[in-house]
Amino acid sequence: MKQKDLLYFAIFLIFLIGVGWLQSWNVAFGILNMCLISAIMALGVNIQWGYAGLFNAGIMGFTALGGLSAVLVSAKPVSEAWAAGGLGIIGSLVILGMTVSAILYVRMKIAPPLRTWSIIVVILPGYWLFQGFYSSAVEQIETINPALTGYLGGLGLPIITAWLIGGLVAAGGAWLIGRISLGLRADYLAIATLGISEIIIAIIKYEEWLTRGVKNVTGLPRPVPYEVNLIETQWLVNLAESLSANPVAMASLLVKFCYLMLFLGMLAILMWLSERALKSPWGRMMRAIRDNREAASAMGKDVTGRHLQTFVLGCAVCGIAGAMLVTLDGQLVPGSYTPLRYTFLIWVMVILGGSGNNWGSVLGGCIIWFVWIQAEPLGYALVEAVTFPFEEGYWLKGHLIENAAQTRLILMGGILLVVMRFAPKGLIPER
Amino acid sequence: MDFLNAIVLFCNFVLVPATTYGAQLALGALGITVIYRILRFANFAHSELMSWGAMLTLFMTWYLQSVGIHAGPLPTALLALPVGILGAIAMALTTERTVYRFYRKQRASSITFAIVSVGVMFVMAGLTRFMIGPGEQVMADGQRFLIKAVEFKRMTGLDEGLAIKTTQVITIAAAIAMAGFLFWFLYRTRSGKAMRAFSDNEDLALLSGINPDRIVAIAWILAAILATLSGTLYGLDKSYKPFVFMQLLLPIFASAIVGGIGQPVGAILGGFVIAYSEVLLTYAYRKFVTYLAPGDWKPEGLLQLLSTDYKFAISFIILVIVLLIRPTGIIRGKLL
Repeated sequence: MKQKDLLYFAIFLIFLIGVGWLQSWNVAFGILNMCLISAIMALGVNIQWGYAGLFNAGIMGFTALGGLSAVLVSAKPVSEAWAAGGLGIIGSLVILGMTVSAILYVRMKIAPPLRTWSIIVVILPGYWLFQGFYSSAVEQIETINPALTGYLGGLGLPIITAWLIGGLVAAGGAWLIGRISLGLRADYLAIATLGISEIIIAIIKYEEWLTRGVKNVTGLPRPVPYEVNLIETQWLVNLAESLSANPVAMASLLVKFCYLMLFLGMLAILMWLSERALKSPWGRMMRAIRDNREAASAMGKDVTGRHLQTFVLGCAVCGIAGAMLVTLDGQLVPGSYTPLRYTFLIWVMVILGGSGNNWGSVLGGCIIWFVWIQAEPLGYALVEAVTFPFEEGYWLKGHLIENAAQTRLILMGGILLVVMRFAPKGLIPER
Repeated sequence: MDFLNAIVLFCNFVLVPATTYGAQLALGALGITVIYRILRFANFAHSELMSWGAMLTLFMTWYLQSVGIHAGPLPTALLALPVGILGAIAMALTTERTVYRFYRKQRASSITFAIVSVGVMFVMAGLTRFMIGPGEQVMADGQRFLIKAVEFKRMTGLDEGLAIKTTQVITIAAAIAMAGFLFWFLYRTRSGKAMRAFSDNEDLALLSGINPDRIVAIAWILAAILATLSGTLYGLDKSYKPFVFMQLLLPIFASAIVGGIGQPVGAILGGFVIAYSEVLLTYAYRKFVTYLAPGDWKPEGLLQLLSTDYKFAISFIILVIVLLIRPTGIIRGKLL
């Protein structure tokens, strides 16, 4: 961190305080919380892109895996659903696993002319058995109180544990996906990961027995106190009185502050680990591989293995961020996961902040999320100003103002293009 | 009779929709392929270029409708298409001049190009949604059906009807015409030959006096024409909605890669492979099998291999499998 870098963070804080003064402190804290989550996502992407030069366009999928784990860890188990279809689901998953391992075994053991046919011979009964168990179990689970549950529920553990588990689940997924796709060259890897992330979202969206799908799981337990309970406590009322503030707003602010402390703690831990990793021999090796694969490989470095390692680590960080996001929202909304918001926006953060520099990613995450939120009112103001000459009620004016929020996409693209062109190293360059 | 019913049923729900969809994907994939051949990068902004061209066509359609010009039984959008194509060409050439040319002169890596195209994608998506709004718009007008299911039943006396939409016939005809034009251009004209030479060996092409800026401009013009056409045809067949094009990006990429990236024939083949797999794997065969089976035997379940929810996911699954088993694609293209 140089003085100039600190200045960037200071400017960001001034803007945030400005929002607090002009709009409300509630909004400012809300933005800051999301900024920190975005910063962690950007950190995960930076581990892959900045350290190792891997273009992962599947960030959305790994965040969603983290979010899914948050649901599966913290939601209350639905014992009726488990009784009705739990065994069937487990059975079908076991059959699926056995079929896949049988296919892999056949692929290894049988020579080409017979290979395809023997794989088909394995797949057909495997699929038939799986479908038999699976469809009846799913039907039974989804009929149990579909308005409220209709899914298996989770483990009922505190949601904070889901942050760790979310990271592990995302890491597991990343290991599997990395094994498959890391041999590909850069832009193929991007397209493949983009596709895989869409598959993950499709599964989360449509496997209702697991996630309730588009019906969303809401009301996940919080790691921090609820506003309604806070208002009833005496010390808060006293505090609000002494500051002559509204106790309701005070409670809501306090809850956001608790989240902020949790997120800051997580970011600090991850930041410390990432910085340590980057400055260690391992980090130098990663950058050597990124800058010249052949030379690193000639020095005896296992390029594919190291790539898999960074891919898994980066995705784990994204998974943690995904679990944190669901914790903050208290719900999982599979329909809201779109590549524009959860993959490409994170890329803008990393590129703007400075790829290869962890502090840069944090800065980029903060700035871009701030701009993403504030661009909406800004867009309205801009369009209002531009359409000022038109009289009130003119159709074009109404139409443009209605769609003014979309201008933030143009702004994001503009930022990415300008940074790539004029400051490809980003705000805080790699050192 | 039952056999004929089964065939008609299959045509109505599988063959006709899949062929139409395949034609749309093939046109999109051809655009990706042209840019890949000349500029050597995966253009993430291509689907938004489709959206942009289709939007301009839609605006022109509304204007034509408002002054009372119609294309008779055909959709008015066909008359408006030239305007959309010109607008898309203008957009493509603007991005080339203001964005891509800088990196081209620098000989930047393909990954830099891809990231920059993500920026272009953001800008185009924002512009389109700002101008037309995120809602759904109907593009098609004119005569809706060429053959109605009821008429078909009356004509043939079968139990199953075959409905063919005007837009489906237009889509397939336009795709064939466009593909024909592209191949004629690439293999018969001087500019097309120069393009192929440039893509095979850039330095040698430069040495023989081929102007790279001109080649690149032609590539963008071709991509814009293809994009507008496929975007408009998709909009006519279904409806125009800005969000859909982001979802179409992956099936189109999948088509280009499955067929063999950089190969025009492969792009067309890939488009149909993806479209047919999507429809064949999500179609419920119950009625089809009931017709074919002897006697009154009926199969139990729906006989559906995958739920229709996973329609879009199928293209990604095929893409991943192809990348694993044969990364060069069906027709051996250049490895990325």
